[in-house]
Amino acid sequence: MITERKSTQKSTRKSTQTGSSLSLRGITKRFGSLLAVDDLSVTIPKGSFFALLGPSGCGKTTTLRMVAGLEEPDSGEIRLSGLDITHTRPHKRPVNTVFQSYALFPHLDIFENVAFGLRRRGHKKVQSAVMDALNLVELPHLARRRPGQLSGGQQQRIALARAIVNQPQVLLLDEPMGALDLKLRRQMQLELKRIQTEVGITFLHVTHDQEEAMTMADTVAVMNRGRIEQLGTPTDLYESPATTFVANFLGQSNLLPGLRAGDLGRDLMVDVHGNKLRVPRSRVRSQDNALLVGVRPEKIRLCATAEFIPENCNRLTGGVVLDVSFAGVSTQYVVRMPWRQDLTVFSQNLGVGERFPAGSTVTVAWEPEHTFGLPRDPIGDGPNHARADSRGS
Amino acid sequence: MSMASVSRLGGPHPSGNRQALPPEKDTRRRSTPYLLLLPGLLWLGAFFALPILTLSGTSTQTRAPGGEVGEFIQTLRLANYWEAFDRYQEHFGRSVLYAGMATLAALLIGYPLAYMIAFRGGRWRNVLLVLVVAPFFCSFILRTYAWRQILADEGTVVRTFKWLHLMPEQASLTATAFAVVCGLTYNFLPFMTLPIYASLERLDHRLLEAGHDLYGGPWTVLRKVTLPLSMPGVVAGTLLTFIPAAGDFVNAGLLGTTRTQMIGNVIESRFIDLNDYPTAACLSFLMMAVILVLVLVYIRRTGTEELV
Ligand SMILES: Nc1ncnc2c1ncn2[C@@H]1O[C@H](COP(=O)(O)OP(=O)(O)OP(=O)(O)O)[C@@H](O)[C@H]1O
Ligand SMILES: [Mg+2]
Repeated sequence: MITERKSTQKSTRKSTQTGSSLSLRGITKRFGSLLAVDDLSVTIPKGSFFALLGPSGCGKTTTLRMVAGLEEPDSGEIRLSGLDITHTRPHKRPVNTVFQSYALFPHLDIFENVAFGLRRRGHKKVQSAVMDALNLVELPHLARRRPGQLSGGQQQRIALARAIVNQPQVLLLDEPMGALDLKLRRQMQLELKRIQTEVGITFLHVTHDQEEAMTMADTVAVMNRGRIEQLGTPTDLYESPATTFVANFLGQSNLLPGLRAGDLGRDLMVDVHGNKLRVPRSRVRSQDNALLVGVRPEKIRLCATAEFIPENCNRLTGGVVLDVSFAGVSTQYVVRMPWRQDLTVFSQNLGVGERFPAGSTVTVAWEPEHTFGLPRDPIGDGPNHARADSRGS
Repeated sequence: MSMASVSRLGGPHPSGNRQALPPEKDTRRRSTPYLLLLPGLLWLGAFFALPILTLSGTSTQTRAPGGEVGEFIQTLRLANYWEAFDRYQEHFGRSVLYAGMATLAALLIGYPLAYMIAFRGGRWRNVLLVLVVAPFFCSFILRTYAWRQILADEGTVVRTFKWLHLMPEQASLTATAFAVVCGLTYNFLPFMTLPIYASLERLDHRLLEAGHDLYGGPWTVLRKVTLPLSMPGVVAGTLLTFIPAAGDFVNAGLLGTTRTQMIGNVIESRFIDLNDYPTAACLSFLMMAVILVLVLVYIRRTGTEELV
């Protein structure tokens, strides 16, 4: 146990120098007529845990493969620590991948799988390096087994050890938890985060699981149709999404169509079906007159019609509770507004305040600073578009 | 397992019925595989086991005293084996040597061929595979004769070799061991190529990518990943080439001389021309034994059972 600590500390020190910044500039990749990655630019700072999040088929794997050198971009430039590696062969790049399918070599045992990269580069201390890596993923006792004799979770960790043992400048992870069940996945996420902090290598992690991206990454880039829609810390993305796609892909949002109706200095006034709502100017992402006003379901409070609501709160009156579902820590309400739009409301079960049965008339209210304004895009963008109003109708 | 399904079937019945059901069902279930095997076993019995038995009977016979040519009586003379082996040692050696060389040559040609078809064939793959087996549409004998033309003294090959001074002026390629090995290689090449192709074709390309990602250059990945993973195909191909090549007599007969004869030629002439059935039978068994031993050693050495 003690030696293990020591060895991991040693590798931490070594790799803080090896972790490097990765930058993609104007990367485009087509497969025939399909535009898989569309003029993508991003810089990933050294030592960070960067997540690329997006729905299936949005080009995440393709982006990762171009960084690994397994696919060549049609145009654009990839730089690693300032060095142009756009056309470098994969085996010459100081980058390693944990594949979506693990891709462990079935003809080699676990030890030799992990040693593969080290041997190719003529590493001096293969034995100790491999055992260090196996200790890091806590599976040193499996060294002489074959990949076929391992469980999915164990294979996943070996794939991680096989990549990390090479101390790459950037580690690419392509949905490494994809095949694991939910419980194991949560456990492995914590593990992966721990390992990343220990070794200090730049991680580029691809996933379509928003919770995974949010809990693990320092920075999340939300990808859609080959482009990055928005990039920021998990909190940023959640609290002030820039597009309807992001608003609906990361958690749920209630999006209300409205029109600009005035300027209050710090806030904008937006008219939503006759209700005047305040939206902080800094959180309005559109210059247009027509807007979508967004608010997260857990930010909304349900009030009885007669209840006192502070003057500066945003409110919408005349809602009718359509559906109530109790989920332990919270209760989810579906409230139908007079203009036949359904809003989702999560209400914490604090044991104070009223519970509303289906059919009761309510007013929904929330703090203006929790409101955001998005451009109205005519085409439904993404799978969860306007989830709030499709429910229960 | 069977109890579970029976109790499910017998669900509504009282428990007494349950016990009556299993034995009958079980015997039927157990005998089904054997019934399915029956046609194969009959075939094997009639066309393999029976001939082997009669052949082993023939192998220990001796010529009937004062009898006609081709008349033999059973004397259980085991010395026949030793005499046959002693007399035709050289032919055994040649069979193994020529077949071995042909197998090696076929591997050296067949592997890259299968590799190119599997990895670079693209949409031409199926066409290329048909081309690999296309020679089978033409008679074996005819194709072997064609090699006489190819290697003839006036042929392009010989003239080119001579022009390049790779061959002395008076030498020729026909009626040489070289010609026999060429013929064997050519005739059995598809048996080498197809199994290798099959194992390369189902090889997971992501493993090759993982190899490249882990600092393996093209050559290293071929040696450390592709080749080991295609070993089942290589083993199958070498066996399918070596075994028939070692027993072949057509190539040595048509492309060689008396000095390049293989064991197949001896067996053929003993059986057909000289009516010396016991010697021919002995040689057949000895050849089988030699091949069996070589194959067992080979499979042991390559350790294919560890592969998927
Ligand atoms: N080799 C290829 N040939 C043709 N089209 C491809 C190829 N690879 C990917 N594509 C297409 O490019 C698009 C992006 O694929 P990619 O694998 O990058 O998606 P992804 O974001 O990783 O999805 P997932 O979450 O399902 O893994 C998809 O529409 C896919 O069909
Ligand atoms: Mg993918």
